[in-house]
Amino acid sequence: MVMQSERAQSAKPRRGSKARNSRDSAGYRVFTWLNSTILVILCLIMLYPFVTVLAQSFSSPGAIKAGLVSFWPVDFNIDTYIAVANNGMFWRNYGNTVVYTVVATIIAMILTTSFAYVLSKEHLRGRKVLIGIAIFTMFFNGGIVPNYVLISSLGMKNTMWALVIPGAISVFNLLVMKSFFENLPKDLEEAAQIDGLSWFGIFGRIVLPLSKAVIATMVLFYSVAFWNDWFAAFLYLDKSELFPVTLFLRNLLAGASSAATEGAAASGSTASALSANIQSVTMILTVLPILFVYPFVQRHFVSGIMLGSVKG
Amino acid sequence: MKKNAGKRSWRKSLQRDWQLYALALVPLIFLAIFRYAPMLGNVIAFRRFRPGGNIFGDEWVGLRYVSMFINDPVFWHVFSNTVILGGLTLVVCFPLPILLALLLNEVRKKAFKKVVQSISYLPHFLSIVIIVGMVMQLMSLQGTANQIITAMGGEAIPFLQRAEWFRFIYVGSEVWQTVGWGTILYLAALTTVDSSLYEAAEIDGANRWSQIWHVTLPGIRPTMMTLLILNIGTFLNVGFEKVLLLYNPLTYSTADVISTYLYRVGLVSNNLSYAAAIGLFQAVIGLVMVLSANFISRRVVGASLW
Repeated sequence: MVMQSERAQSAKPRRGSKARNSRDSAGYRVFTWLNSTILVILCLIMLYPFVTVLAQSFSSPGAIKAGLVSFWPVDFNIDTYIAVANNGMFWRNYGNTVVYTVVATIIAMILTTSFAYVLSKEHLRGRKVLIGIAIFTMFFNGGIVPNYVLISSLGMKNTMWALVIPGAISVFNLLVMKSFFENLPKDLEEAAQIDGLSWFGIFGRIVLPLSKAVIATMVLFYSVAFWNDWFAAFLYLDKSELFPVTLFLRNLLAGASSAATEGAAASGSTASALSANIQSVTMILTVLPILFVYPFVQRHFVSGIMLGSVKG
Repeated sequence: MKKNAGKRSWRKSLQRDWQLYALALVPLIFLAIFRYAPMLGNVIAFRRFRPGGNIFGDEWVGLRYVSMFINDPVFWHVFSNTVILGGLTLVVCFPLPILLALLLNEVRKKAFKKVVQSISYLPHFLSIVIIVGMVMQLMSLQGTANQIITAMGGEAIPFLQRAEWFRFIYVGSEVWQTVGWGTILYLAALTTVDSSLYEAAEIDGANRWSQIWHVTLPGIRPTMMTLLILNIGTFLNVGFEKVLLLYNPLTYSTADVISTYLYRVGLVSNNLSYAAAIGLFQAVIGLVMVLSANFISRRVVGASLW
């Protein structure tokens, strides 16, 4: 009996692989082999840019200039790392990114969590209108010029506020959180209500402690987005000591690009090879924290996407 | 009568739920200032705007700025660039995730599938600056692309300074960046395809290919339609930040798109009203395109966004 039911269970999700194998086994085996090969090649292509950037960051400018660097470092050295590490502006901008990411994430979490909680209360009058107000901003936004005018007239240019406030509510994150709150067991909150706890009390003492998982996920989503952002800084900041590291990198790239455009690099000057070195090191150091949190983010992001698309 | 009852229960719910409304207050103020005020700020497309003056402009000028861009040959040039770049991106980047999802769906070894997924999702989480940096290194004179060309006896090409290569580079890097992540919703849809359908097809003598064609593809059709609608709606917003980072004056002739043009006109040359008019035009076209794609797909295949 037990064995039978076990077999029935294990056979179901495999969607009849046995039967199918027997049907077109020869052709199918070729297909499986081909399929795996294609996917392995795809993975190599996906990873190659990282590999070559990493290899360049450890290579000498001469080797890069000669076009010798692809998979492995040539003339292995860490001189460029030392040079970048000694660059005060790089560390200053790196530190700025850390500060901006932390502050922006805190602001975004406060606004998103409290709004999502309100929107999750199905009995609330005007709830539909509030949700509509939020969702409409997904489909129509003011555009870059009016936003620029607004931020300038609020006096936020050349302050960190231009970077940390405007991104505070991501509607996607808001909806994910809302549906998390909707799925919390209702009886706890009802019991607390009978005990005379106010909404503030329920939210702070019952709901938030139960939501640690979703809060952690949202913190990761927001911080990755803020860490990666460069455009707000590009628009609103003029002073290089305020730049985030992404803008530092962008300026390196733009400098190399305009040098190449003016023909300085057309002859293959060392300057461009040297800047390729520095670019690589900066890219590696900028991307490192993202790679570090990636395993966590990826898992939650996938389930978040599902949730958002089912509910959305 | 009815109105009165409405008022009374409003008062009641305010009394009971005022703390909830209080929690919503700051987020609402935020949305009003940072989302809705810029939408209204688009009126400067029809009003003269003085830098440092009223953010909604000083005086009405009617359609002056609209007729300005309609008569601007550069605008039509960047408009057609946008359509070409957006069209290429749509045609190449829309089907590839479907193909990849089908391939992944046929993988039986869970661990292998997971590794492929983790690797292919990774570019989605990188800053666009990093992605452009990688593209620049790969396509530079010393980069991998030119290493291959010179190894085969060709002459190195300064890809990034050649207008005719821009679209290829843009779309290629777009594929690299989005193909893995794009599979997520399809893979989710594939798991919901009823396995008894495959068994039935098998009994009817369908081989693998016809199973894919007749069972798998119809199973993910609603997802395909939804994503197609979304892609069509955002078609004109071709990766603004990426173009801005990737282009240079030598490649403007193919690379310059509406959003980069309005950025230069508005924020670099300070013609804010003119740029706002272009931006509004673009946003309205985008909205019209989502709505019509949605309408058509609801009529034709019965799948729609809302």
